Amino acid sequence: METNYEELDEDGQLELPAEPMRLNMGPSHPAMHGTIRMVLDLDGETIVDVDIQPGYLHRGFEKSCERGSWNQVYPYVDRLNYVSPMLNNVGFSLAVEKLAGLKVPERCTWYRMILGELARISDHLTCNSASLMELGAFTPFLWCIKTRDYVWDVLEQETGARLTHSFGRIGGMAKPPTDLFKEHTLAVLPQVEEAMAETEQLVLRNRIFLDRMQGIGKLRPERALALGVTGPILRSTGVDYDVRKANPYMFYKDVDFDVPVGHDGDNYDRFMVRFEEVRQSIRIIRQCVEKMPDSGTVNIDDVRYVFPEKQDVYDTIEATIAHFKIVMEGVKVPPGEVYSFTEGGNGELGFFIVSDGTGTPYRVRVRPPSFLNLQACREMLVGDMIPDIVPTFGSINMIGGECDR
Amino acid sequence: MDFWFILGVILKMSFILGVALLLYAPVFVLFERRQSAMFQDRLGPYMGGVKMPPFVIENIPLLQMGGYASAAGAGATALLALVMCFLGESEEPGLWLLPISWGTLLILAALGAPAQAVGAMVLPHLFYHDRLTLFGGLHALFDAVKAFTKEDIIPPKADKFLFGIAPIIAMIPAFALGAVLPFGPDLHLDYLFDQLPNEGVIDGPMTHLQVASLNVGILYMFAVGGTGVIAAAIAGYSSDNKFALLGGIRAASQMVSYEVTLGLSLVGCFMLYDTLRLEEMVVWQAENTFLGFLPAWGIFYQPLAFVLFFFASIAEYKRVPFDAPEGESEIVAGYFLEYSSGKWLMFMIAEFLEVAISSMLIAVIFFGGWDVPGLGRSGWEAFGYHFDLTGTNWEFLSDVANSHLFVTVVSIVAFLGKALLLGILSLQVRWTLPRFRYDQIMQLCWKLFLPLSLLNVFVTGILILLFQ
Repeated sequence: METNYEELDEDGQLELPAEPMRLNMGPSHPAMHGTIRMVLDLDGETIVDVDIQPGYLHRGFEKSCERGSWNQVYPYVDRLNYVSPMLNNVGFSLAVEKLAGLKVPERCTWYRMILGELARISDHLTCNSASLMELGAFTPFLWCIKTRDYVWDVLEQETGARLTHSFGRIGGMAKPPTDLFKEHTLAVLPQVEEAMAETEQLVLRNRIFLDRMQGIGKLRPERALALGVTGPILRSTGVDYDVRKANPYMFYKDVDFDVPVGHDGDNYDRFMVRFEEVRQSIRIIRQCVEKMPDSGTVNIDDVRYVFPEKQDVYDTIEATIAHFKIVMEGVKVPPGEVYSFTEGGNGELGFFIVSDGTGTPYRVRVRPPSFLNLQACREMLVGDMIPDIVPTFGSINMIGGECDR
Repeated sequence: MDFWFILGVILKMSFILGVALLLYAPVFVLFERRQSAMFQDRLGPYMGGVKMPPFVIENIPLLQMGGYASAAGAGATALLALVMCFLGESEEPGLWLLPISWGTLLILAALGAPAQAVGAMVLPHLFYHDRLTLFGGLHALFDAVKAFTKEDIIPPKADKFLFGIAPIIAMIPAFALGAVLPFGPDLHLDYLFDQLPNEGVIDGPMTHLQVASLNVGILYMFAVGGTGVIAAAIAGYSSDNKFALLGGIRAASQMVSYEVTLGLSLVGCFMLYDTLRLEEMVVWQAENTFLGFLPAWGIFYQPLAFVLFFFASIAEYKRVPFDAPEGESEIVAGYFLEYSSGKWLMFMIAEFLEVAISSMLIAVIFFGGWDVPGLGRSGWEAFGYHFDLTGTNWEFLSDVANSHLFVTVVSIVAFLGKALLLGILSLQVRWTLPRFRYDQIMQLCWKLFLPLSLLNVFVTGILILLFQ
């Protein structure tokens, strides 16, 4: 690390020449999620420089994907982002379907949108409330996590799992929506709104909270764009880039929603953008529930990609063969390569996939929003103080699984 | 220095430390844990307890029934005594050959009936499954025992002497501060069961309900309380851990800064009470009235000083939102990061004792200490009427209520209750407020609290000059 102390002297920041203190923060540190190490150079409490070292949660995701069938990738994408796994499921499905040129039934698309937005709600609730808890305000965390559990109740009812759903399939979903899906989804939305309103009531007029969040961890829009930052962090700087609006996929162009933007790019803006996005997600879900047909299949009618009906497997030789081939050889995606990108919980979640025509992915490359967002973390932190690491790093919402892969 | 004097001092010391250690510390711990359990839908501190033999557990309903029955019996006795008092038979009852008057019986039974009923009601709650937990109060005790039996780890490169002595230094101010706190009015040992005159000097042996009556009083508190900073600084310095060092520096700067506000916010009170002795402050508050009907408690005269002192003392014992020196999410646990076992426990005890002691101090300075409105040295009186039933059948009631011992006990209980409520109030803020940043704490102190406390001194001075 090169620091010119004479310059600091002229600024009047450092009266005596002194060496900065080097402090290793993490990976075993409460604020570092156990997956990040920060090497800080400190002048008193002020951060002179910081070296952010991810990689402690590297599990070889991309390589692991190359040894199973296409549908066996779903459990891995679940574990990429473990606070909004459904968005990753949907993102991967869309990528493979783009390569295979499949068009899923309308009902499936609406279903995916609703489940994805529910996952986004749970993501943003977790991020915001955990940031608050790390600041010391414990109550909002419990409110929001309780509400997140209600959201998960709906997801569990649909998918059978609260966290790692593995629910997406190529050309559809694992199961059609349950009978009470719409009612339960609509019932959980007011709970989310209430929890957010309560949280905002508690913190938004709190001087301590504002002092800790406003003007801390600032990021300028041009730097954010240069560093490849996307998602709520980019929007908090004032750039209204949202994949759902900019490159609408699924039926996002048919629903009415706004893209909330901040203007300072500080922690407070990120906090507010996330909560506002939850409100927009609620809006989207309400419209989707209205438009989603009550009956119809969610899977495409193509036995090369989707299992045939179980009864047909027993009754007809064609279905038996199709079933056998999918189980033994896997779904055969036509050769080629494609990049498909969706709006994940933390930003643009891209899948670059290459297929060689066998039943196994040749290459699955993820563009993880967290990893690119983390690049901006150094610029946000330098010049702030040690306590500012907590809200800044919290508001980046670094998800270890996705960042380190 | 005779034997009785030393015995009295020892008794008073045991009382004030016993209250702080055995009443306040467990209650505060229990309160915090119960609250956190309520938030998280957890069971709470009920696992620690003494295992009871099965027949005790099985017979709890029976005991409860017995309790209710005897409460009913006492209630009936009280009714009978009440009737007899109305009939004018306050002399010794012939019935059962009990050598007490109907009046005394009425008091005993009327106090005993609800006590037994409440006892029977709470009896099952003292147990959890097969354990005696005392509402979870035993959990704190078991926590302490557990902490002392854990392995005591000293970091290899730590300064062993300083590392060991820091928790001891942390305990010293917590214990020594109790010495000057007055917890009750003067006790005249010869007249325990008599009614005292409201004015005039009373002869005979007398003791202050205060370990040491120092003429520097409150200054002693600041002097001793100020040493707490040494413990934090030494602990942070000697632990051989950069997080601990940062915590120690934060603690030292924060505590030193808030000492200033702490002292200056009370200057207005000194000017008002015209004394540094804590017991005289209480007497002043007890003897005067505010606006003619309110008690002359410090909080009415010095509301700003109360607010400043209250928050400065939270900063002084480093609790939320001023817990930057501990800041668990940023510098892990701050200055006692490397401490384990009994040494860690000593820091925790010192912290809870400081909460208790400063609550008591606030009660003394701003809430009239042991003063109860309407209760003077000679007993109960309000709006110029003295509670006196001499010459009626109910004479015994006023005799008991106005007796010196009863008045003293009520005063002490009132003081402890005030301090307990204040302590709980200061713990209450823990769950909702985010933590300050270290430089914001400093700014708050030097740019807001300090000017405000100076302003308070200034305005108080002007007002005293005007109204004198």
